Amino acid sequence: MDYTTIVAGALKVAAEEENAAEPMGAGEDAIPILPYIPELIFGLIVFGILFWFVSKFIVPNLEKAYADRTSAIEGGMERAEKAEAEAAAAKKKYEEQLGEARAEAAQIRERAKEQGAQIIAEMREQASAEANRITETAHKQIEAERQQAMVQLRGEVGQISTALASKIVGESLDDEARQRGIVDRFLADLDSGAIAPEKLGAGEGR
Amino acid sequence: MTAAGLVLPMAGEGSHFPPTPGDFWQPLFAIPGTEYYFTRPMALVAIAAVTLMVWLHLTTRRAAIVPGKGQWLTEQVYNFARNGIARDMIGSKDFMPFVPFLFSLFVFILLNNLFGIIPPFQNPAMARIGFPIGLTLLVYVVYHWVGLRKKGSVGAYLGGMLPSGLPGWIKPFILFLELITFFITRPLTLALRLFGNMFAGHMLLVVFIVGGWYLFRTFEPGLMLVAIPAWLLGVALTVFEGLIQFLQAYVFTLLAASYIGGALADEH
Repeated sequence: MDYTTIVAGALKVAAEEENAAEPMGAGEDAIPILPYIPELIFGLIVFGILFWFVSKFIVPNLEKAYADRTSAIEGGMERAEKAEAEAAAAKKKYEEQLGEARAEAAQIRERAKEQGAQIIAEMREQASAEANRITETAHKQIEAERQQAMVQLRGEVGQISTALASKIVGESLDDEARQRGIVDRFLADLDSGAIAPEKLGAGEGR
Repeated sequence: MTAAGLVLPMAGEGSHFPPTPGDFWQPLFAIPGTEYYFTRPMALVAIAAVTLMVWLHLTTRRAAIVPGKGQWLTEQVYNFARNGIARDMIGSKDFMPFVPFLFSLFVFILLNNLFGIIPPFQNPAMARIGFPIGLTLLVYVVYHWVGLRKKGSVGAYLGGMLPSGLPGWIKPFILFLELITFFITRPLTLALRLFGNMFAGHMLLVVFIVGGWYLFRTFEPGLMLVAIPAWLLGVALTVFEGLIQFLQAYVFTLLAASYIGGALADEH
């Protein structure tokens, strides 16, 4: 028996023994800290798939959402600042306008007061002028009416007195010229105070 | 009759009590053409990954400036990994390229851990060390690769591990320690921490919940009474496990980010 057959035989025995033994980590009697190689490889493959999936889809999606969120927040803050500045500018403008309006209103009020006073003064003047005029007119009218009444009265009194006198005296004083002369004389006497007005009645008294 | 006498006959073939590391071996079917099995934890990580992809896709497909409820929830988790872990550990200048990796790590580990207490899964896949080792390998490759690219050469990278201002004679010793840290301790602890927490936590839950069931099934009044505090503890531990599961996902991701951040830092 040469040594190659011995070696071959030994190798064969060793191989058979190895085949008979369970693989590392397999079986109920295996040492628990020795890995069962299929589990090790399978675990690596499964984790590899999960890792590929996470790095390909999950992380990019989430990071994109985060970036969008950051920019949205930053954009929102910018917009808010801008709006604030705009509001402040508008407020300033309105306050200025309000101040102007107030000043203008005060001015207008002042002017209105002046104008009102002026108008009142004018009206008062007008009113007093009108009153004077009305009074004057009334005086004139009264004077004219008095004159007219005097003239009328003079005629009537003349007639009545003549009629009365002719009745009393019994003689006709129808002669126009004479009659007029008597009446005129009588009236002249009356005017001059030669005859007391009481005799003609209270209506003619002044 | 002693309690041991009651329990012992029940333990054995086909029983899950007391739990053994062998209970974590849950083959579903043989992979055709190979001597390997497709195991239940493999199915669970696949379900977790699909669930995560569907959830993330549905909530971020139309990511809006004003988020809806689903997007808001996803954003909270994403922000936690992105700002709370990646940015804080790596720095706001360089963190962005690592966010997909760290976020994937965080949600993948978190959901798989939570599967440990979510019916009907109730098995944390990370209690099978193959999965933590796989993830640790990725972290290991990433932080070394990032460090090498940053420093430009292997020599500069190794030199960068040394704190500045050391006396010359001590440098070899520190370099030795740093090399052990960078190449052995870090990956080893990263993988074992996650594995150990999930493994032990699951065992603990099995002890109290299944143990309570075995006590109850004796129909001995005394032992049935003992089942009640066992279950109460089981409930409390389930809540506690939820916390641990979150914490381990967080710690794993945090350390991964810290290693990457350290590799990227200008000074040691």
